[in-house]
Parts: sequence; C-alpha cells; structure tokens
Amino acid sequence: MSADVPLLRVAELSAGYGPVQVLHGIDFTVEPGEVVVILGANGAGKTTTLRAVSGMIPARGTVEFEGRSLLGTRPEKVARAGIAHVPQGRGTLAELTVEENLRLGAFARRDAQVASDVERWYEVFPRLGERRDQQAGSMSGGEQQMLAIARALMSRPKLVLLDEPSLGLAPIVTQELFRVLGELNRETGLSMLVVEQNAGLALGIATRGYVLEAGTIAVTGSAADLATNDDVRKAYLGI
Amino acid sequence: MSRTGETAPGVTARPAGAGGAARVPRPAGPAGRNPAWLVTSLVLSVLGAYFFVYYVPQNYAPSRVDLFTEALFVGLAATGLNILTGFNGQVSIGHGAFFGLGAYVTALMMDDRAYVEFAGREWGLGDGVPFLATLPVVAVVCLVVGALIGFPALRVKGLYLALVTLGLAVLFPDLTKRFVRGTGGTNLVGLRGADLAPPDWYDWFPDVIADPLDDYVGARDQWAYYVALVLVGLLLLAVHLIARSRFGRALIAVRDHEAAAETVGIDLARVKVSAFALSAAYAGLAGSLSVLVARQANAGRVETFQLSIEFLVALVVGGTATVFGPMIGGFLVVFFRDWIDQQQRLEDLFDSSARAKLLSPAIFGIGLIVMMFFLPDGIVGGSRRAWRRVTRRRSHPIT
Ligand SMILES: Nc1ncnc2c1ncn2[C@@H]1O[C@H](COP(=O)(O)OP(=O)(O)OP(=O)(O)O)[C@@H](O)[C@H]1O
Ligand SMILES: [Mg+2]
Repeated sequence: MSADVPLLRVAELSAGYGPVQVLHGIDFTVEPGEVVVILGANGAGKTTTLRAVSGMIPARGTVEFEGRSLLGTRPEKVARAGIAHVPQGRGTLAELTVEENLRLGAFARRDAQVASDVERWYEVFPRLGERRDQQAGSMSGGEQQMLAIARALMSRPKLVLLDEPSLGLAPIVTQELFRVLGELNRETGLSMLVVEQNAGLALGIATRGYVLEAGTIAVTGSAADLATNDDVRKAYLGI
Repeated sequence: MSRTGETAPGVTARPAGAGGAARVPRPAGPAGRNPAWLVTSLVLSVLGAYFFVYYVPQNYAPSRVDLFTEALFVGLAATGLNILTGFNGQVSIGHGAFFGLGAYVTALMMDDRAYVEFAGREWGLGDGVPFLATLPVVAVVCLVVGALIGFPALRVKGLYLALVTLGLAVLFPDLTKRFVRGTGGTNLVGLRGADLAPPDWYDWFPDVIADPLDDYVGARDQWAYYVALVLVGLLLLAVHLIARSRFGRALIAVRDHEAAAETVGIDLARVKVSAFALSAAYAGLAGSLSVLVARQANAGRVETFQLSIEFLVALVVGGTATVFGPMIGGFLVVFFRDWIDQQQRLEDLFDSSARAKLLSPAIFGIGLIVMMFFLPDGIVGGSRRAWRRVTRRRSHPIT
C-alpha cells in the first residue's frame, strides 16, 4: 500500500433515511494509524455518517477503503474488508455469554488464533475475563460497552468505528476506556474513527477532528487546534 | 511486532502478531460441574435409556408403541421448527407443509401404484423403495424446498412471516389434491402391510430387540419405533452440536440483533435461508416417520394446519432455543391429546351432544394458557431456573 493513499477516504458523502436527507456532501479522511474524532450536536448526523461508511444505509458520493470503493457494499462485506463498527447503544448479543460474543466477533476469521485473541482481550479488559460465562444481557452498561469494543477488535480490523463509546458510562470508566483506546492505538497502530460527546477525552487521544453541523462539516483541524478553538470549546467542552 | 507492558494485542490484520501472548490463568469461573448434578444426570440417563430403548417397545401394546413413535416424530418436527423459530427467530406456522412433503415423498417412493401427475406426465418416484432409502431423498428435497421458501421469506418478518407460512399450510393440501394420484385417484397414498415390514436384516439383531415370535407384520410397530428413536437421537445430537457451533452463534446473533450480526460479518440472508432449509429437512424427516405409523401419506387442510400448530405448541411448551425442549414438548402434546381423546370417548358413551365435541380443544387451550402462565420459558427453561435456585441455596446456606 503506497503511503499517500488514506486508509479511509470519504468525499461528497450524502445519505439519509428515505426522503429525509441527513448528510449533505461531507469529506474526511482517516490515515493509517490515526485516531480521528467527529464532534457534533445531537442530530447532526454523526451516527448516520458511520452507518453510511459501514454500508448500513444507502449513500451517494465516495467511500474508499485502502483505495477500493465501499459504496453499496453490504455491511458484512465491509466488516470482512477490515472495518469494525461498534454501533451506538452497543448491540451486544444479550442471550449469548461474554465469551460467545467475543467468538462471534471473529466470525469472519478462519484462523486458529481466535482462542488466544479471546484471552488477550480478557487481559486488556479484566472485567470481561471475570465474567466470561455470564450472559451479556445481564452485564452493566459499562461492561457491555467494553464487550462491544472487544468484540469488534476480535475481527482484527484495520479501522474501528466507535459511536459514542462513553454513552452511559461513569466518568471514571470513560477515562479508563479512553486510556485503553489510546494505548491500543499507540502500541498497535490501530486506526479509529470516533464519534464522541466527551470532546475533551476524545481529542486527548486523537490526531485530528471534524465538527459536523446539520449534515455538513463546519470545522476541521488537528486535535490540538480543535481543543483550543473557541467555538468548539464553547459548544463541546463546556468552557 | 514487539510488545511491552501488560497490554499489547496485535490487532492489525497481520496474523504474525497473534502468537506469544502469555496466557493468564483462568479466573475461577462459576463452580464446575457439581457432583449432585453428575449423579443425577447419570442415573436419569441410565433409567431413560432402559425405558426408551427396551421397556417401551418390548412391553407396550403396538398401539401404545405407535403413540411413542408419534411423540418422537412430532417432537422431531418441533425440534426442526426450533432451529428456525427458537434459534433464528423466524416464526413459522406452516411446518405441517414440510412434514407433509416428507410423508408424501416417502410414501410415493415406497408405493408402486401412486404417482405424481405433473406437466402431462406420470412420475412414479419409485416402486417399493425401502423406507430407509427414502430418508436421504426426503432430506435433500426438503432442504431445497425449504431454501426456496426461505428466500422470499427474507422480505418479511414477525407476524407477516407467520402469515406467509400459514399460507404454506393452507396451500399444501390443495397442491397434493392437484398433483398426487394415490389410492382411488385421491391424494391419499396408502401403503400395504408388506411395504411397511421391517427389512430382513432387522432379524439379525438380538432377540431382545427384534422379537422372533413376532411375524413381520407384528414387528412393524417396534421397527418403526426403533427407526424413529435412532433418527431422533442422531438429529438431536446434530442440534446439540449446531447450538455450540459458529453457525449456531450466527443463528442466535441474527435473531437477537440483525444489525450487530451484520457488523461482525454475518451474511443475514445466508444464515436465514440455511435455517429455513435445515428446519424444513427436520420437519420432512418427521413426516417420513409418520408414514410408518399412519401407513399412509395424506394431507387434509385441517390436519396440516393442526400439525403446524402442534409443532409450535410443542416448541413453546418444551422451551425454545433448547436442545431437548421441543422433544419433551412433542411428548406432552401427543400424550395430552391422546388422553383428551380418551376422555372424549368415555364422554361420548353417555352424551353425544355437541358439548362433548368441544371438550378436547377447550381443555387443550386452557391447559396451554395455564402452562404459559406458570412456565413462560417452557419446561426446560423453567426446570433450569428451579435447578439454579436449588443449587444456589445449597452453596450459600447462610443467607
Ligand atoms: N432510522 C432513522 N430514520 C429516520 N430518521 C433518522 C433515523 N436515524 C436518524 N434519523 C435522523 O437523522 C438525523 C441525524 O441522526 P444521527 O443519529 O446521525 O445523529 P447523531 O449526530 O448521531 O446524534 P446523537 O448525538 O444524538 O447520537 C436526525 O435528525 C435523526 O432524527
Ligand atoms: Mg449518534
């Protein structure tokens, strides 16, 4: 892969639900090894953006992953291409145990290292290891969020889409979660596209960010620039 | 890829990063198999094996053995429905049609007189084919037909899917009337005693199983029962393996959360259609078994519909998404129905008014409602909860 091809390139992306258009031609990229944050008010279209990228809703424009077009690709094919999507509200499989959820994350894989990967995520998220035989539905919200992330990583993705990973988590758990995400990114070079309301923490681990307003990109810049931008600070950092 | 510190999972697509991670000792999971459970299950399985393998076929009258065989095949059809409805969440009230299809294919292959009239030609499907040889054919035919119906079913869900499958149950008897030429030109394919006799090699089995005093016709009920028992055993084992397999997890994932299933790379259409096909094959094989007891294949509108409902009732009463639940449900449904029919017959001796005729379905319905009230997750689910309560109390005596 030549160095100048972004991992994910989105251009002129328009998408919506039936007659309602939500995204009006947005452009952004994720380079290999980057953490990119998308900020925006409720209803700005952040979730819709991730859904359009992972093929859950029809879209127009350009979505290229490693130089190949993903537009019109079914979600399971997108997953197999190396993009793992942790949807808003998690979507853990309530009736399956923690371990079964993790194994399911490796559904598209055909190698013998699934079991050792499961053990590795238990090391990263010890709470999951303690509860490996518990039904996912009976776990706390924070534990389920960790499970959803670990399950996504079980596919050994090249890019993870995280939709509000801090939703419903206690501040301390959120901090811990972002510490782990940052560490993952630094140590393995895993790329991430993160939608997050907790802009401070998200920008802390990010390289760059975009601010989405009513389906268009209003501000873009490096994480440090966004963290000091007055408008962004007022709207998302509560300062 | 080198790694330092306590976390360092290789999450890129390079498989080389996977080896070498030190295994942490497993934290103590939930208490391992406790001895009480082991002993109980051992004793139960020995008693169960004795009862089903020896006692039932050797001691009961043929009509009663037939009743057990019927319970086995109703349970088998419910087990098939469980794959579709219990594990995959697609409700069908049309499985009586697949059951009927299996029965017809078997009967048409065994019988030398009946045929299918299609495209201006007569298709005999075989004369005097041995029963066991019809089973692979039935399995394949029902897999294919199940898949063909599974594809359009992808478009509908829930109540709408229930209605579409109901259409199957309604349509199937008409199709047989249109195309099957059985006994006397009707859609009934009747078999003769000799067709249903056990094969010669059945005599090789030890006397305890194949009773030499029985003539070949007399041994029919035992032969049918043993065939059903073996087939059910194998197909239950298959469900047990499926439930723990990659495919089994995919079935459940699709049932619980379609979007989440897709995001881990599961092909929804393929999983749903496979579930339909497999489920239809189970129901079809159950239908084949029914030929050994009923000595015919016949599809009436009422019967096909009633069977479809019975499979669903057996599934729900026994416990959805469990391995043994639907089989237990099948036994309850068949024996309960038989018991009510007997009461009805007694009643009829004294009072043949319309009131008596309504008794059976009424008792059945009320029993079902009461049962669902006390055991909403079926017999297997209910006993699991009870067992957990007992064992928990034992392990924490001071609470
Ligand atoms: N399934 C849907 N059908 C119709 N409209 C939808 C659907 N999902 C979202 N929308 C609409 O699309 C717009 C953008 O929604 P989206 O979920 O992308 O917002 P968001 O930026 O993720 O917000 P939040 O921060 O609240 O999660 C909203 O106006 C919403 O009402
Ligand atoms: Mg959202």
